[in-house]
Amino acid sequence: MPRLSYLKALNRALGDEMELDESVFVMGEDMNFALTNVTAGFLQRFGPQRVLEMPLSEQGFTNFATGAAMAGRRPVVEFQIPFLLLLVFEQITNQANKFRLMSGGQTSVPVTYLMPASGVRTGWGAQHSDQPYSLFAHMGVKTVMPATPTDAYGLLITAIRDDDPVIFFGPLACMGVREDVDYADLLPVPLGKARLHRSGTDVTVVTVGQLVHEAIAVADELAGDVSVEVFDPRTIYPFDWPALAESLQRTGRLVVFDDGNRFAGLGAEVLATAAEQMHLVAAPRRVSRPDAAIVGASPDLDGALLPTRQQLTSAIYSVLKS
Amino acid sequence: MTECHPSELEQHQRDSLYRTIRLIRRFEERCIDLVKSGDLVSGIHPCIGQEAVATGVAAALDDEDIMFSTHRGHGHFLAKGSDPSTLLAELLGRTNGIDRGRGGSFHPSDFTRNIYNATGTVGHSAAIAAGVAWSVAQAGTGQVVTCFFGDGAVSQGALLEGFNLASLWRLPVIYICENNQYATSLPVGAAVAGSITGRGEAFGIPSATVDGQDVEVMLAAMASAVQRARAGYGPSLIEADTYRYFGHHTFEFKVRLDYRSEEEMARWRRRDPQDIAAGRVSQQVRSEIDAEVEQVLDEAVRFALGGAKLDPADAQDYTYTTGPQPRAGAL
Repeated sequence: MPRLSYLKALNRALGDEMELDESVFVMGEDMNFALTNVTAGFLQRFGPQRVLEMPLSEQGFTNFATGAAMAGRRPVVEFQIPFLLLLVFEQITNQANKFRLMSGGQTSVPVTYLMPASGVRTGWGAQHSDQPYSLFAHMGVKTVMPATPTDAYGLLITAIRDDDPVIFFGPLACMGVREDVDYADLLPVPLGKARLHRSGTDVTVVTVGQLVHEAIAVADELAGDVSVEVFDPRTIYPFDWPALAESLQRTGRLVVFDDGNRFAGLGAEVLATAAEQMHLVAAPRRVSRPDAAIVGASPDLDGALLPTRQQLTSAIYSVLKS
Repeated sequence: MTECHPSELEQHQRDSLYRTIRLIRRFEERCIDLVKSGDLVSGIHPCIGQEAVATGVAAALDDEDIMFSTHRGHGHFLAKGSDPSTLLAELLGRTNGIDRGRGGSFHPSDFTRNIYNATGTVGHSAAIAAGVAWSVAQAGTGQVVTCFFGDGAVSQGALLEGFNLASLWRLPVIYICENNQYATSLPVGAAVAGSITGRGEAFGIPSATVDGQDVEVMLAAMASAVQRARAGYGPSLIEADTYRYFGHHTFEFKVRLDYRSEEEMARWRRRDPQDIAAGRVSQQVRSEIDAEVEQVLDEAVRFALGGAKLDPADAQDYTYTTGPQPRAGAL
C-alpha cells in the first residue's frame, strides 16, 4: 500500500481536480518552479494558462482570483507564508466573502486559498510564524485545517468544489506526516464534519492540525488511566457543533488544544459554546498559544510559547479532578 | 458598438444619449427627494453632473460586456440598461430590488446587465476586473470589462496592482477614472503626485484625459479603447474630467462642508452635461424624451415604494452558497 505524505496528498488532490474540471486553475508565487512542491509537475501537465505565475502583488492577485471566480472559474490561490493572508485579509473577508450576500445570491465566489505551510517556522522570525485560522473563522470565512494526508486530500477536493471562498490551512508541521493509503480510498471529506481519532469516555480533547498528532500520542500514553476522546473538527468554520455536543454528552469534560492565539481564538469559542449549550460536569480548559506574537527566531523561546504535550496532559488531569 | 467619431453619430444616437443623461439626472433627483422624505434611508452618493461619463462609456459597450461600478454608481447602472424600477427598489431596501435589498445604494450589482459589483474598497475593483478580463479572454468570448473608479482611488496600491496585471497580460479591460476633482473633501491636487494618466502610462497603458462633460467626446474615447481591447491589444485608461454638482453624499445636505467655492461650482454648472447633450437634440424630441422619462420614473417610484419590505427573519439569507446558515447572535 502506498505511503502518502500530506504534501503529496495536496499535490494529488489539486491535480485530480484540475484533471476533472477545466475551470480549476492554480495561481501564486514561484509557480514555475513549484517552490512549495504542492504544484510539482503541474506546469508540464497543465500548461502556463492553468498554472499562473504571479508577481509579488498579493492584494492584486487575490482580487484577481475573485474576479476569475465571478466569471465562472475556480481559482486555487497558493500563499507561501501565513502573514500574506493578513495582507489580503480585507480582500478575502470583506470582498470575496461578501459578494454573494451583497448581490442577493446572484453570484458566488468559489476561490480556495491554499496555505500549505502555516504555523511556527523557527528561525524565520515572528513575521513568518502565525497561525491565523481563528481570524478568518471570526469573519465567517469557511476555514479548514486537516491533520492527516487523507483528510488533506478530501478537504482540498471539497474546498475547490465548494461555491464559496474557503481557506485551507496546511500546517507546516504536518507536511511530512505519512499514511498508508490505497489511492482508491481517497474521497472528498465534507465541510463541517468532525472526525474522532480516538474514542473515549473521560474527556474530550478538541484539536486541529499538527496538534491532533500530539493529542493522539497523549491519549495513547494515558490509555489505561484516562480514556481520552480526540475530537478533530477538521473544519474550523463552520464548526461541527452537533458532533461536539454528542461527544460531551459522553464525557462531560473538555480541553481545547489550539495552536492559535489565546484571546478570542478557537479555544475561546469552543469553551464558550460548550459552556452555554452543552453538557459539562467540570470547568473546561484550553491550552493554546499565548496572547500576541510568537518569537519565531529561537527554539528556546518558541518552545516556551507554543502549546505542548505536557501542558495538554496537565490540563486533562486538571479537568478530571474538578 | 456605436460609431467612433462624434461627427459620425446619427441623430437617433444623439437622441438616445440625451435620453440616458436625462434618465440619470432625474433618477438622482428623485432619489434625493426620497432621501429627504426618509424613504431612502442610506442616503446616496449623487452622480448629478457626471452623467455624460457613464452614458458615453456604456454607449460604446455591448450588452454582454461586463462592468464594475462604484459607490457613486446609479448612473453606470442606468446607462448599462438596468431597470430603473428594480434599481430604485434596491435603494429603498425592498424585496423586489435587484439584489433583494442586500446591496443597497452603496454596493448594488445587476447580473442581468453584467454589472458585477460596486465594491466599497476604493480602487480594488481594478484587479477584480482584471481577473474577469483574464477569464473571458481565456474563454475567447470577445467581451470587454469596464472598471470605474474615482480620483480618490488612484492613490490606492491595489488599483496599481490591477493596472500591472492587466497590462502585463494585455487584458481586455478599460479603466475609467471619473475625476470629479474631490475625494469626499480632499481636492485632487492635494492627493495626487504626478498625474492620473501618468499612473496608467507607468504600466504601459495608453492613457488619456478627456472632457467628461461632453458625452460624445466620452463616447469617442471609449469606442477606441473598446476597439483596442477587443482586438487583443490590452487595457486603456480614460481619465474623465468631470464634477459632481452635489456633495460627496446626501449627508452633506445636513452637514455643510465648505470645501468648494461658489465660483468653482458655478463654472462647472456652465458646462452641464445635460445641456451639452440637449443642445444636439431638437426641442420637440427633447420634450418627448423628458415626458417619457418622467413616466418611467413615476412607475419606478410606484414599483419601489410598493415593494414588500425585507423580512427580518431572512436577515442571514444569501450569506453562503452552500452549508448551514450562520449561527444567530443570541440563542
